[in-house]
Amino acid sequence: MSALTVVYAALFYAATAILVVGVALKIAQYARIPVPLKIPTTPAPMTRGGVVWRMLREVTLFESLYRANKWIWLFGWLFHVALAVVLARHLRYFMDPVWGLIEIAQPFGVHAGFAMLAGLAGLWARRFLVERIRYISTVSDHLMLALLVAIAVSGLAMKFVVRTDIVAVKAFMLGLMVFDWQPLPADPVLLVHLALVAALMAIFPASKLLHAPGVFFSPTRNQVDDSRERRHVTAWAGK
Amino acid sequence: MATAAQVQAPPLKAYPVIPILARGAMADSKPYVASDKMNEALGFPGKLVENWQAKAIDKMGELLGKYRSLPVFLDSCVHCGACTDKCHYFLGTGDPKNMPVARQDLFRKVYRRYFTWSGKLFPKLVGAEDLTESVLDDWYRYFNQCSECRRCSVYCPYGIDTAEITMAAKEVMDSIGVGQKYSNEIIGKVHKIGNNLGLPGPALKNTLETMEEEVKDETGLDVRFPVDEKGAEVLVVVPSADFFAEPHVYSLIGYAKVFHAAGIRWTLSSHASEAGNFGLFIGSYDQMKSIAMRVREAALELGVKRIVVGECGHAWRVAYSFWNTLIGPFDFLDARYPAPQHICELTYDLIRRGALHFDREKNDHRVVTFHDSCNVARGAGMGGIPGGQFILPREVIRAACNHFHDMAPDTIHEHTFCCGGGGGLLTDELLELRVKGALPRMEALQQVVDAHGVNFMATICAICKAQFSKVLPYYKFDMGLVGGVHQLVGDAIRLGRND
Repeated sequence: MSALTVVYAALFYAATAILVVGVALKIAQYARIPVPLKIPTTPAPMTRGGVVWRMLREVTLFESLYRANKWIWLFGWLFHVALAVVLARHLRYFMDPVWGLIEIAQPFGVHAGFAMLAGLAGLWARRFLVERIRYISTVSDHLMLALLVAIAVSGLAMKFVVRTDIVAVKAFMLGLMVFDWQPLPADPVLLVHLALVAALMAIFPASKLLHAPGVFFSPTRNQVDDSRERRHVTAWAGK
Repeated sequence: MATAAQVQAPPLKAYPVIPILARGAMADSKPYVASDKMNEALGFPGKLVENWQAKAIDKMGELLGKYRSLPVFLDSCVHCGACTDKCHYFLGTGDPKNMPVARQDLFRKVYRRYFTWSGKLFPKLVGAEDLTESVLDDWYRYFNQCSECRRCSVYCPYGIDTAEITMAAKEVMDSIGVGQKYSNEIIGKVHKIGNNLGLPGPALKNTLETMEEEVKDETGLDVRFPVDEKGAEVLVVVPSADFFAEPHVYSLIGYAKVFHAAGIRWTLSSHASEAGNFGLFIGSYDQMKSIAMRVREAALELGVKRIVVGECGHAWRVAYSFWNTLIGPFDFLDARYPAPQHICELTYDLIRRGALHFDREKNDHRVVTFHDSCNVARGAGMGGIPGGQFILPREVIRAACNHFHDMAPDTIHEHTFCCGGGGGLLTDELLELRVKGALPRMEALQQVVDAHGVNFMATICAICKAQFSKVLPYYKFDMGLVGGVHQLVGDAIRLGRND
């Protein structure tokens, strides 16, 4: 087994561990801390089912963002939906045989790669072109976009410019999952792509990517508007 | 700091325009600091404590463990910019630190520095910063330029509520001896005297007697303004401005006429002569609870069966959303009215049951619009129906008036703009901020004035009424253009026989 394979196997185990443990710890932290008061924001549903429906709209359609700003919504939604399709396409590297639904997603995944880039480009352009957003952008905001763009570009490059041995890549990934390590092709673009993905996984729990679990814990969005009907009591409030 | 005479209102534009950033435009705006006595009366250190940095970080850590909203909101922001043009203070001043995300970042950068490893290791990269004196100065300036109106929270894709951050920052500042005079002085008065204005019981009784005489002169009827009457069915808790400030007092007269016409025995309380609860503004759960507790005590003492809250925006948020937690359960109330109600709920209910009748033409000299107050619109409900807090006040207005026109849809309901004076900022030294912060509402008002000849803006908030009375003239409007919903009710309601 080559040193490269060992390094990348270790890299992915470490990145996965950081991602899973890090996010789990964050979720545990959020779940543990009480929400002493009822603070849902209008329009707040009056039933638990209503909250589920609101949250569903929020995380699939980005409803609040749509009401706020059509450009950010367009680019942001395009990016996230495209990313979801791209991730679905990539699932084929982790299963054998490939599920029917994932099979169907394959051709769309390529288009989604470009859509993802377009969304990222729009979001990044706003960080330069819109004065207000330029003002609030930090170095890490730009680096995050750079990282995602680099992942998308390197991924598309393997499809359209310098193809890699995806059968071997799949063997490597499947092997990782059962601790039976298979050789990883030494293609530079592939190595860059994988390293960047591992980096993204590793910084997830320490970065603004926490908005993904965070939104589900947001009290202004996940609380039921029933404060007069049900007495809200938590660990330290209302006792 | 600009004096009242120097404060200039920004020009009204035909269409709202997002301002170009004016860095530091409001860097001089800050409220007076509370005196030692005011702080100590609330259990806060009198002045800036010696090791304030360490104390402040400890307090932040404590709050991060008590309020889930804090770590979730501080971690989740992606700097997307959706909120950047939503704050009325930003729209009015152009100061970038009045963009909600930038305001949050004043707190977030300290959180990152002390509570996240990315901020500990790479502060520059993630925008983390030590809590220095200049950061504390910025906190005091800009967290006192947030009215906690929660408009930004409506538009944030994660529901991040800047008010929660502002309240936490104010709580941290109070804990190290940097209290804000206006709010802390008022809270002291509530504890000592029973209301924000410091109106003692005997003066209150005199005022109410005078009011009875005036209404008798006007109507020839004995419309009562009872106080501390045991055995009354309803305890009414109103903002203390309703006792003598204009136009507030006309709403109090309106409530009294509603009770008179419906034949309901009601009473005010000298112990709980304040609906407002500035504990909310300074983010203190304990203060909020002890202020609210006076209402429970008064209700039990007087043996009432219902509690009704008058026209006060943040009071209604506290009553609707928090009272049950703070001072509940309300198991001593009438099972038909098991929770505290808003005066609009009471009046609306009576109208629907046919118990009230109006001579609407008495309001025909008025063309009315309605300003949704932020705490009612975004932090409370009414009538137990979705959007009831928008429907009920408008229905009450329509019952009492013939001419009503809403302002532009993106400036009402949950999109409403703060009046510019909420959140404990209704103080003279912040006048420039208040005038400029009113700009978005004034622009929307100008549109309906031009289109429909609106000459009365009704609202159900004492702070809105006081703020608009003050800033309307800066925009060349008559200060009498603002008034209460129950002012309209009081002017048109039919008293005596209802046939």
